[in-house]
Amino acid sequence: MIEFEAALLAIAGAFVLFAIVALYRVFAGPTDHDRVIAVNVMGTNTVIAIALVSGALDKPLFLDIALVYALLNFLLSIAFSKFNVEHGGVL
Amino acid sequence: MTPTEWAIIALALVGAFFGGVASIGIIRLPDIYTRAHAASKSDTLGAVLSIAAAAFAIQTDLATIKAVFLLVFMFLTNPTAAHAIARAAQDQGIEPWTTGDEEGKS
Repeated sequence: MIEFEAALLAIAGAFVLFAIVALYRVFAGPTDHDRVIAVNVMGTNTVIAIALVSGALDKPLFLDIALVYALLNFLLSIAFSKFNVEHGGVL
Repeated sequence: MTPTEWAIIALALVGAFFGGVASIGIIRLPDIYTRAHAASKSDTLGAVLSIAAAAFAIQTDLATIKAVFLLVFMFLTNPTAAHAIARAAQDQGIEPWTTGDEEGKS
């Protein structure tokens, strides 16, 4: 049983590692849209890591945090794309 | 570990593979549209498989329903966000990458 939880935690750590890898594109992206795509991928990986930690540690309340984080991540992308089209690349 | 736990670990591992493919695509692909392609498709599949593994791993009924809601939500919103960003990039006049762009290099 302990091995199962450790394996799920290790996979959650792998997703955190992938989010850190995507952070390179946030620094080096040529345009703003590259940066927003990379931030979106980082948010998705964070939601997955929270869900896997919730499954591994048997804490169901963490799933609420994951749901709110997913909502905010989606709103960020939609709001940025609309704002950037209307105001012509302010950010 | 029981066979159910092996199946959950296998689901999460396949999800982690697709997440890794998405990260490599974000780093290595040449322009915004191909990066949006990697982010929308590969990362969505990795998210759906991994959250399905979490939904199977949690034993409580209400938490399983929450995890399934999270799965459906990621499945709908992640490609929508990538499409909105790619469309914003196209409205700003960013040209797509073609093979002619790399003739000068290497």
